[in-house]
Amino acid sequence: MANYKYHLLVCGGTGCKASESDRIVNMLNNEIRENGLSSDAKVVTTGCFGFCEKGPIVKVLPDNTFYTRVTPEDSKEIVMEHLVKGRRVERLLYVDPETKKHITDSKHMGFYQKQIRIALRNCGFIDPENIDEAISRDAYIALGNVLAGMTPEETCNVVKESGLRGRGGGGFPTGLKWEITRKSQADQKYVVCNADEGDPGAFMDRSILEGDPHAVLEAMAICGWAIGATKGLIYIRAEYPLAIKRLKIAIDQAMEYGLLGKDIFGSGFDFEIELRYGAGAFVCGEETALIHSMEGSRGEPTFKPPFPSVEGYLGKPTNVNNVETFANIPVIFNKGAKWFASIGTERSKGTKVFALAGKINNVGLIEVPMGTTLREVIFEIGGGIKDGKAFKAVQTGGPSGGCLTQKHLDTPIEYDTLIEAGSMMGSGGMIVMDEDDCMVSVAKYYLDFTVEESCGKCSPCRIGNKRLHEMLETITKGEGTMETLDKLKTLSHVIKDTSLCGLGQTAPNPVLSTMDNFWEEYLEHVEGHKCRAGSCKSLMQYIIIPENCVGCTACARNCPVNCISGERKQLHVIDQTVCIKCGTCMEKCKFNAIEIV
Amino acid sequence: MAKITSLNDLRKIKDELQQKIRLRENADSPEAMVQIRVGMATSGIASGAKEVFIFLVDELEKRNVDAVVTQTGDMGYSYAEPTIEVILPGKDPVVFGWVDVEKADEIIEKYIRGGELVEGIIPANYNTIDD
Ligand SMILES: Cc1cc2nc3c(=O)[nH]c(=O)nc-3n(C[C@H](O)[C@H](O)[C@H](O)COP(=O)(O)O)c2cc1C
Ligand code: SF4
Ligand code: SF4
Ligand code: SF4
Repeated sequence: MANYKYHLLVCGGTGCKASESDRIVNMLNNEIRENGLSSDAKVVTTGCFGFCEKGPIVKVLPDNTFYTRVTPEDSKEIVMEHLVKGRRVERLLYVDPETKKHITDSKHMGFYQKQIRIALRNCGFIDPENIDEAISRDAYIALGNVLAGMTPEETCNVVKESGLRGRGGGGFPTGLKWEITRKSQADQKYVVCNADEGDPGAFMDRSILEGDPHAVLEAMAICGWAIGATKGLIYIRAEYPLAIKRLKIAIDQAMEYGLLGKDIFGSGFDFEIELRYGAGAFVCGEETALIHSMEGSRGEPTFKPPFPSVEGYLGKPTNVNNVETFANIPVIFNKGAKWFASIGTERSKGTKVFALAGKINNVGLIEVPMGTTLREVIFEIGGGIKDGKAFKAVQTGGPSGGCLTQKHLDTPIEYDTLIEAGSMMGSGGMIVMDEDDCMVSVAKYYLDFTVEESCGKCSPCRIGNKRLHEMLETITKGEGTMETLDKLKTLSHVIKDTSLCGLGQTAPNPVLSTMDNFWEEYLEHVEGHKCRAGSCKSLMQYIIIPENCVGCTACARNCPVNCISGERKQLHVIDQTVCIKCGTCMEKCKFNAIEIV
Repeated sequence: MAKITSLNDLRKIKDELQQKIRLRENADSPEAMVQIRVGMATSGIASGAKEVFIFLVDELEKRNVDAVVTQTGDMGYSYAEPTIEVILPGKDPVVFGWVDVEKADEIIEKYIRGGELVEGIIPANYNTIDD
């Protein structure tokens, strides 16, 4: 067997694939062959490295050199310089945004320093399409140990002791859920993995499935043993073709090795896993809707209780967990519940994966211990706000969550503290906003989403959220009054209290949290008819500054609606009632005589 | 593929497979291993650094020493090429000059495994090595 001196890890996540990481792999392999290095260097396609902002990424080991924004054409230089001559290719190295220095080694990047990787431990480390690589990183060892020496009850207890809580949004204690399902009596039970991931901007679960599918399969089998189920189902949205492909490969390989299927490890325990495809409706991520959708009926939520753990898929007890929740399970068994519980805080154990997005320098996927502060995530790992602008807010919890501000920056990230602060953990989307974002418009954006995604089954959500959206629209047009603000708040509370499922119950959260934290912006919109972020078009005015206007007529000649009047060499004026705010006049004026107020 | 029918089977397979990604595992925690850097600028390559590099990687593997061997550019000791820098866990870096395969063998046996110093150490100003 050849003993490779170099491993070149190439990110093959959805983001980097879009920027041709496949071609990079081919060209690297060609160059390696041509230079006679085939027995020295090995190219491995891995899952996401998380540093998507600067993708595609190529990491060269053992020296941990981290090349960013690599193009297929760079392959030759990487092989010739780095592998043949032992010199790093300086121009492809990551540049620290603060010191402006090249950073050669991923260990010294602020982005990775505060991270602890449990759920993402193998993402960007192994080839997800090769079960051998997963096995060399302990895959299925935990399952083997559980089947060899633990009763279902003991298995549930390990999960309980670890303190793991659901990563799909609600934060329900996972061990307790397993135990409830275990105690439900039935001839058949099911394990369901929720891979619906509907939050806009979220891609945590997709990355785990693409980077380390065996972790999820193994965890589902452990769960099957713990609750007494022999069948597992993964509900995944059809828009995730790469994740689906890798899951299928992983299931086939595990079946072939006998790590799934009949009589696993000769223990007599059988476990099989099938995929079910969702059409990508947000509400189908809600567990009862998800179950109905798998049964072939409409993906609409139903009232709980009964909870799925008692009566779920085909009326049988069903344990539903999120992808990331499952990805933690094998590590908990391998390293021990105590080890897991030692990470994080009193009431939130372990780590959480977040998808960083918005006006932040390092857009990407991160995993941090619970209790890390928002400031550390945004300014240390995330590298701060883009273009040196001022931080304004961070949205967590997606359409069910809320916006947190400057005063929350030192809040530790935990299930309970985020709720107290008026937001929630959610599944892990984190969108950072700067001074150019209008908070009323942000609330409206989330309502756009929930109104679109409401299944329409109950009226508070179907009608109420539409009304909220209309009121927000009125406010952004500058037509709102104090009464609108009052109604907005009252109706929000009614919807929260009376909706049938989590979608409706949480839809007003973005409204309430922005009203709480940015009340003055709402006031400015209704009283001053002003939008300080300059994003509500109806509230902007283009005006001509008399001192600067020389009467060149350029603006008047170019205005598409002819609303600028004035004689040659005389002051010009804009008729505000006709102006459509297209901005043409400002562009055309060479004398800086037009401004926005 | 043969079926894996017991936990022991899986463990055995795992141990074999682990060799293949040893390089990646080690790279993840270099502080705990022997770290060796081989100066491989053009002059280093001309003077045989490549052979030394390959020899080190293969021999350390054979002799079961957990080590991370990397190439680096010019180390700034061009008079003493090929040069290698060795960092034992918890120790200061030591630079050896005029290293050929024979010398490398001696360094593995005496310095790395035995902790004794061998001929050929050059006064280190290791600040210049990295940049
Ligand atoms: C509207 C709505 C959408 C949801 N979408 C998801 C989702 O995409 N993925 C997910 O894991 N859980 C989602 N959930 C939460 C699930 O209902 C369920 O609580 C979760 O899958 C349980 O797994 P956990 O305990 O491991 O988090 C959603 C809930 C609601 C109300
Ligand atoms: S709250 Fe909304 S999404 Fe949920 S059942 Fe009612 S209408 Fe459907
Ligand atoms: S913004 Fe457009 S519509 Fe308004 S005055 Fe200028 S050119 Fe005319
Ligand atoms: S283009 Fe500027 S300077 Fe010319 S008339 Fe219009 S506002 Fe005045």
